[in-house]
Amino acid sequence: MSPRQAFAPLLDFAAPAGYRLLPFRFARIPGVPGKVLVTSEVGEFAFISEEDLRALVAGTLDPGSNAYADLQARHVLVESNSHAAMRMSTSKYRTRKSFLKGGPALHMFVVTLRCDHSCRYCQVSRRSGDEARFDMSTDTAAAAVDLMFQSPSPSLTVEFQGGEPLLAFGRIQQVVDLVEERRVREGRAVTYSMTSTLHLADEEMLAFMRRHDFQLSTSLDGPAALHDANRPLPSRDSHARTVAAIDRVRATLGHQSLSALTTLTRESLRHPEAVVDEYVRLGFPSVFLRPLSPFGFAAKSAGRIGYAMEEFLPFYEKALAHIVDLNRRGVVIQEAYAGFLLTHILTPFPIGYVDLRSPTGAGLGARVYNYDGGVYASDEGRMLAEMGDHSFRLGYVQDSHADLLQSDAMQLILAAGVAESLPGCSDCAFLPYCGADPVFNLAREGDPVGHRAGNAHCTKHTGLFQILFRYLAEADPEVMRIFLSWATRRPARGLAAAVGEAA
Amino acid sequence: MLPLHTRAKVSGTLPHPVLKVLGLAEALGTAVPRDRVAVHLPTGGPEVDFAALQELGFAALFRPDGGTAAGGTVLPEIHSLSHPEVVGTGDVVRVRQDNGQVGVLYRRGANANTLFLTEQCNSRCLMCSQPPRDEDDLWRVRELLELIPLVDPDLAQLGFTGGEPTLLGPLLPELLRACAAFLPQTGLHILTNGRNFSDPTVADMVGDALGRATWAIPLYADVPARHDYVVQAKGAFEQTVQGVYNLAERGHVIEIRFVVHAQTLPRLREFPEFVWRNMPFVSHVAFMGMEPMGYAKVNRNLLWVDPLDYGHCLSEAAWHLQDRGIPTSIYNVPLCVLPEEAWPLARQSISDWKNTYEPACDGCAVKQSCCGFFASHGPAWRSRGIKPFERMEAAE
Repeated sequence: MSPRQAFAPLLDFAAPAGYRLLPFRFARIPGVPGKVLVTSEVGEFAFISEEDLRALVAGTLDPGSNAYADLQARHVLVESNSHAAMRMSTSKYRTRKSFLKGGPALHMFVVTLRCDHSCRYCQVSRRSGDEARFDMSTDTAAAAVDLMFQSPSPSLTVEFQGGEPLLAFGRIQQVVDLVEERRVREGRAVTYSMTSTLHLADEEMLAFMRRHDFQLSTSLDGPAALHDANRPLPSRDSHARTVAAIDRVRATLGHQSLSALTTLTRESLRHPEAVVDEYVRLGFPSVFLRPLSPFGFAAKSAGRIGYAMEEFLPFYEKALAHIVDLNRRGVVIQEAYAGFLLTHILTPFPIGYVDLRSPTGAGLGARVYNYDGGVYASDEGRMLAEMGDHSFRLGYVQDSHADLLQSDAMQLILAAGVAESLPGCSDCAFLPYCGADPVFNLAREGDPVGHRAGNAHCTKHTGLFQILFRYLAEADPEVMRIFLSWATRRPARGLAAAVGEAA
Repeated sequence: MLPLHTRAKVSGTLPHPVLKVLGLAEALGTAVPRDRVAVHLPTGGPEVDFAALQELGFAALFRPDGGTAAGGTVLPEIHSLSHPEVVGTGDVVRVRQDNGQVGVLYRRGANANTLFLTEQCNSRCLMCSQPPRDEDDLWRVRELLELIPLVDPDLAQLGFTGGEPTLLGPLLPELLRACAAFLPQTGLHILTNGRNFSDPTVADMVGDALGRATWAIPLYADVPARHDYVVQAKGAFEQTVQGVYNLAERGHVIEIRFVVHAQTLPRLREFPEFVWRNMPFVSHVAFMGMEPMGYAKVNRNLLWVDPLDYGHCLSEAAWHLQDRGIPTSIYNVPLCVLPEEAWPLARQSISDWKNTYEPACDGCAVKQSCCGFFASHGPAWRSRGIKPFERMEAAE
């Protein structure tokens, strides 16, 4: 006996009366002809035709079309009375902005300004190695730790910076001891990290860092000739010392504990493949291709070593193509910044990276305790201070967390640090993946809002997003797996086998 | 495939229709009340003192292949089963005193044990394998409340199915409480369309399932119209999504189920991205081939698509989620009609009591890891891709 039941056709379930638009933005990507990139408020995207875009806006998109369903599923359009669509959208928005919960999590301690290097692009006003007055005092360090624990963030990252922080190793030990004493009592998860050349890391220091599970970041600009030209030592052997330090650190702390990043000079731009290959040769799974920063010494020597972002982008595109090609051949290497951007593009989750957020990470996600007791909203903010502009000084280590958040500097940041409210940014299709950088704008243009239409921050990011979306429009299955593995920090499926063959 | 029903002869008057069948040694040591235990006495077993068993308070004797019953004069006796292999020790059976029907309600060692909660449903899915009936079936819940204390407490997982279990109102929480009390170690896997959980007060009522249950909720499209069409209920997509969110906000574990057929296929490619963006918290996603029963048979022409023709799209969809860290499975699609890249996600998903293989499967090198077919699978549902694998081919 077959069950009797009348079934209604699909059309009976179509929405009765039209659709509404939720906020969305769009862009035409050079190199992607005939398609328009549409991004939702929470960063979901689709490539649609020009005709569909016009119909979408006119309210005449055919409910039976794939484009209609694709845009409805992404909550670009919603049908009347869909509370579920709004609930999903608000939930995704909260997730995207969840980095705002908890307050500053990244706390940078500039334990000394001294350094043994005299790099041409140095972002910090370095001092020669023997001037102890450029070290953080014990009182300042203790007050800074107190102030850090006033942040309500359940997890804290303590990052040691310089100068060369290992020149003030005693201060590092003091800070770690103070933090260790409090973190368990206060129920905080603490991660230690340090940016250092590591040349001075001896056995005792390495054992200490291993005990406290340090994440280390060092500078590696590429092959020896390039690295040594960029990073002069009197002994002219910075590259050799860095490679030796990498070996020592890996032997003691393990491979996972060490990453490296580049600073790219005008000379570097001629060698995209060589820079990447040096990272592969030294066994790094990631390379961070960083253009020069407009701060500190870098600004003064911009003429000799600097370049425009328009010159950086072709370099980046070549380097990225080389990296993709390496991965296709089974060599696992990622570009770190592309990893951040792709996490924003391909996942519903935010990232820990504080330099590309809206609201900006400066002061809200991070702060810097300078050697002299000044507290700054970001590393760039204290570099600007070294050049005489204290706009981003939140206060001093003796102040309270509340004082810092009520400071003039914080007001300045909040007024100019929300990309959604900045002219130009508010209409940009890449907004959901990008961030506001009032510190950069003030440094470059003397104004925290700045003229983003043509500035380096916007030129760089627009260019990077266009490069990445060209790949995403093409959607080569292998490239998608590679990009996804960067965005989700998981191994790329189907490419691991090739590693075995290559090895 | 081992059926769940057979017939027996019953001598004497059973004190209770729902009984646990246990061997003598286990019966003497069990925590189950003796008046709910039928003592399993195989032919050729040791001599047993029936009077002593009666004195101990056992409910009945269970002699599957036994002939006449000398014991029937002392204790009630269930004997002479038409298919003795249907009932084993540890099983819980329902025995009809009047006509000798024996139904296995719980089978020890089965690959799945499922409680059937109700025949009522508020959806009418095009491919429903268990078409709802609007009859008063509260007796089922009463029987399940008798059954739950007799289930082995070391059971890893127990399924709830229907019908739509939330239509039971306060009886669903009562069943959850019974499981929490008698089966504290057992995970529950509960099939529901989730629609009623769009009411937060309904979601509040199932707190006893927290930490022990997975709510398996079907979603058949990333857009309302197609999902509502497949389940034949306007507003269902809206309610199910709200239900998923209400359960997730209360800390419940959620599985999403997607049945692949011609009416869901148009959104299969985009569906996983919707889950990833909007429900990345789900613990599992299952993409399922159809069970050719009930409405599925009626709507065969509307639904049928040879799995061979959607295998690649299905594989891409499943990996889309698996690659993003959401555990994903493919159910009910035999390996020979799936592309090999999808094999790592394919599971032996069909309950053993309704699981069969084709004659062609004999000698197939991957039969041991293949789901095979539903027993209801017939020529109208046969993929043109069905074939055995040679050992060498499969090893590649």
